[in-house]
Amino acid sequence: MNQQLDPLKTEALAALDAVTNREQLDSWRVKYLGKKSAILAVLKSLGSLPVEERKVVGAQANQLKNAFEGLLKEKEACLAGSASGQQSSGVLPDITLPGKPVNLGHIHPITRVMYELGEIFTSMGFEIVEGPEVEWDYYNFEALNIPKEHPARDSMQTFWVDAPPSEKGWEMLLRTHTSPMQIRVMEKQKPPLRIVVPGRVFRYEATDATHIHMFHQIEGLAIDKGITMADLKGSLYEFSRRFFGPDRRVRFRCDFFPFVEPGVEMAVECAICRGSGCRLCGQSGWIEILGAGMVHPRVLEAGGIDPEEYSGFAFGMGIERIPLLRYGIDDIRLFYSNDLRFLRQF
Amino acid sequence: MKVPVSWLREYIKEPFDSDDVARRLTMAGTEVAGIERIGSSWEGVSVGLVLEVKPHPNADRLRLVTVDAGSSRNEVVCGAPNVAAGQKIAYARIGACLIDGHTGQTAVLKPAKIRGVVSEGMVCSEKELGLSDDHEGILVLPESAPLGMPLSDYMGETVFDLEVTPNRPDMLSILGVACETAALLGVSPVIPEPEFCGGGEAIERLVDVSIEAPDLCLRYSASLVRGIVIKESPDWLKNRLVNAGMRPINNVVDVTNYVMLEYGQPLHAFDFNNVEEHRIVVRRAEEGCPFITLDGVERKLSSDMLMICDGKGPVAIAGVMGGENSEVTPETTEVLLESASFLPASVHFTGSRLGLTSAASQRFERGLSPHLALKALKRATSLIVELAGGTPAKGVIDEKPGLKPLISVPVRLSRVNHLLGASYTREEIVSTLELLGCEITPGSSQDDIFVKPPYWRSDINLEQDVIEEVARIRGYDTIPLNMLDKAIPNQTPNPMLGLKRQMRQTLIGLGFNELQSWAMTSTAMLKKALNQPELSISPLQLKKPMTVEQECLRTSLRPALVSSLASNRRFEEGAIRLFELGAVYLPREGDLPDEPQMLGGIITSSCIKQHWNMQPEKVDFFTLKGIVEALLGSVGVKAEYLPSADGGLKPGVQAAILIDGNRLGVLGELHPDVCRAVEIEESAFLFELNITTLLPFTLAEKSYCPVPKYPAVLRDIALVVENSVTHAQIMDILAGYPLVVDSKLFDIYAGKPVPDGYKSMAYRLTFLSEKKTLTDDAVDKVLGQILSRLEKQLGAVLRR
Ligand SMILES: [Zn+2]
Repeated sequence: MNQQLDPLKTEALAALDAVTNREQLDSWRVKYLGKKSAILAVLKSLGSLPVEERKVVGAQANQLKNAFEGLLKEKEACLAGSASGQQSSGVLPDITLPGKPVNLGHIHPITRVMYELGEIFTSMGFEIVEGPEVEWDYYNFEALNIPKEHPARDSMQTFWVDAPPSEKGWEMLLRTHTSPMQIRVMEKQKPPLRIVVPGRVFRYEATDATHIHMFHQIEGLAIDKGITMADLKGSLYEFSRRFFGPDRRVRFRCDFFPFVEPGVEMAVECAICRGSGCRLCGQSGWIEILGAGMVHPRVLEAGGIDPEEYSGFAFGMGIERIPLLRYGIDDIRLFYSNDLRFLRQF
Repeated sequence: MKVPVSWLREYIKEPFDSDDVARRLTMAGTEVAGIERIGSSWEGVSVGLVLEVKPHPNADRLRLVTVDAGSSRNEVVCGAPNVAAGQKIAYARIGACLIDGHTGQTAVLKPAKIRGVVSEGMVCSEKELGLSDDHEGILVLPESAPLGMPLSDYMGETVFDLEVTPNRPDMLSILGVACETAALLGVSPVIPEPEFCGGGEAIERLVDVSIEAPDLCLRYSASLVRGIVIKESPDWLKNRLVNAGMRPINNVVDVTNYVMLEYGQPLHAFDFNNVEEHRIVVRRAEEGCPFITLDGVERKLSSDMLMICDGKGPVAIAGVMGGENSEVTPETTEVLLESASFLPASVHFTGSRLGLTSAASQRFERGLSPHLALKALKRATSLIVELAGGTPAKGVIDEKPGLKPLISVPVRLSRVNHLLGASYTREEIVSTLELLGCEITPGSSQDDIFVKPPYWRSDINLEQDVIEEVARIRGYDTIPLNMLDKAIPNQTPNPMLGLKRQMRQTLIGLGFNELQSWAMTSTAMLKKALNQPELSISPLQLKKPMTVEQECLRTSLRPALVSSLASNRRFEEGAIRLFELGAVYLPREGDLPDEPQMLGGIITSSCIKQHWNMQPEKVDFFTLKGIVEALLGSVGVKAEYLPSADGGLKPGVQAAILIDGNRLGVLGELHPDVCRAVEIEESAFLFELNITTLLPFTLAEKSYCPVPKYPAVLRDIALVVENSVTHAQIMDILAGYPLVVDSKLFDIYAGKPVPDGYKSMAYRLTFLSEKKTLTDDAVDKVLGQILSRLEKQLGAVLRR
């Protein structure tokens, strides 16, 4: 570096460090960047230098000038900062001041759980499909081995839609479960099949802190040659292991759903009491998570699949229960209140 | 279904632990939802005898009672009006744990001086024992109660509360539960065969029964008992009924209830003298005919309901409830006992149309076996004779048009393990089924058997049903876990899922919170939110909505968006950004509604300063447009924005969003009328996109465009144009010059020195060639062409 410039740099930096107020900074600026400053003198004298040297010195001088200008700005900002509340030496910012807000939104807790479940089942080879929320009673009931006047219909009180029946005499309703998609998929695709169906369902039920007339389910169906109940147990155990964690025990007991036989209910160990019984699990030590079973031969037939050749399992799980338990939410209606004070928590 | 365990023990002679049985029942499909232990807290309470009752020396309302407690004699101070010498009572010694009659709290009985006299214990009321809320008098026990016996041994009970699934009518009977329990324990139940001894005239000559609706009435059996005396039932019977959750009424009615609990078969007792012409006709009701049921309510019948009628008219709604007109009363001396079987669907239909369910209808609609009717009838008849006296007529009526012989289900033994993935042996399978009462006969091959389920198991009809029986009795725990090891089936990717997820993520990044709203709304709310006096799309109506606010299915996301904005504003300052992604339901002729996936968002901002180093941002139409552009840009779509006329948005401050001539949606400022209607007191901006329409445009293949090799040249120009000239018009002209690769509008100015009626629009143009470095001359030449074209077509003048 030019013999003049090097010491100049050292000197200027030291002087700048000593600056503590605006007046001092002004005089620093005059001295090192002003009309009579050493740098300007160097730049003015460039013309007298040989061409080669002119280029080098010119570039160095300009560089230094730019550096001084940058340092000046920084120092100015520092002094301005200390004027707006910094107590200390006036050089460092109050790093506890809040950052400039970047407002991010929040995904609905139900959507979040659906995505988690979807990812687990997708990784197990299940394909996600979706279906209509307004359905024919044929798909919602008859094809699922729930004939008219079957008492199993009483547990699925139905919202009927005021619309004329179809050409086939089917009545329109809001689906009471995601199971109609079992039939719709079987009608369209030949086995082997492995699908999950997330979606909203509707039941005509009085609403309170634990009941609601619109909620979500995820349905699963696997059909192939030689699928067994051991496959059902293994797959659902694997799901539980991934979703609830490997330390939660799983229980399979017999239950009844008209569209499966044998029918299964899966429960996981209560996370609070670890199986010894508490208020949350109704003293049973278990939390019921889903209903499942081997697809009923009549359901396979309704879907155009020969039950002699193929077998399969199906399961259905209510979604709202999962965030209720996970976050300790005490009122299911909050999910559909659209209240930001609730939604921002997830 | 409440099941007193002592009743089960009548049929299962082997000892068992009730907790163990409760767990086994639950695992095998019938959940024991609760276990009530009557008497578990009665330590220190035993059967006592009142020897003497004397007045209390210091109190009129109290008495001194001498109690023989078996091993001791104690003097007790008692305030109950009903205490008398010679009564067997429940005596609590000092130290017993009782419920305080006044506070309802459990407390240990301490020695006490009451008005100067020491009380050595207590004579208990039902409330103090936790049996009922009765605290009026003491509990008086039957004379037969053994003196000194701990009360819990004498009348303690464990009661299971079963949740019976719709396929198991047999589990609504003590016998059914006993058979299930025995099978689960691996023992055989002991079940007596009921019979009674009739005498005198044959019943056929006394009663005439005809079934005119054999499609609905599968079986009708009846007996007749004459000369009975209606009175209270004995204590054992009353206790059983109370423990099973039924109210004792009189001996005859109690017997019908008792046998219904025992066998699961509903029975009905008619006062025979009120059965006109001594005739029973089972037929469909006359349309609109009124009928007063036992509960005193008048019901309107329809012609598809099955009735039990006498010579004159209806006396009972078949399988649901009896009528007032033929009820058994204290004066009844002759009863006609009905034990019938009706088509399950018919009982369910009638019950649900009348809004009436009963213990009887619950059993019938689950498909109760018609084979039960005669056994239950015989049992009930013999019990009535035992408890009410009288003589039964000889024989029974038994019309059975719908009684089918018990079927045998063919089962392939290999199929059991094939479906379950288990490895049960032939012996295990056969012995399990035999435990359930099935009869097994060999089939044509070693692999084939025939399984004849017991008559009370009407739910076992298919091979798969039999397989479930094996699995659940052996226990689902005996089936191994196997991770699905078949090849993963072919999959058809569903790009809609990815699109929805992408949209959500982008909006979250832009500060939007996701809503999930009801699928239902009201016509009134749709009209408000869409600002349509008559809706352009009439929504699908629900037949029986829960509330008027949810009478129809939404055709738009707007009602929820605007009302959520309004409701959140009550708690929120500053910017609010909301979105929802979900289906709307657009009616279609003769088909299910179209369910396009819609995305709607709403933004607003009340200008509050949010940060010490930042000025509040004012939200306007262009804030929203920027969001929509970014959102569509995130899925690779660039849309066109054209003037639109959406009634729900402010005229002029709205645009239709189009791509290749397809309308994707709309954006704009909420119409002031809408704001007023939903009580939004600020300007809000809303967009709506049909994601289903958008989807195909997001799937276009992208192709690589080489990174520029040569430097770009920038030129700023300011154009003075008439106010009516639009940005789009200028952009259209610029688009005709391939060297202009980008143009940004960075300023708009009106006012001096720009003349009135004109504005100045400043653009930064980027010139770039793929082939060479552009010289200033080359750029100037093109710029000159552009400017002259702008001047010619739009009257634009370069501002100097
Ligand atoms: Zn628990």
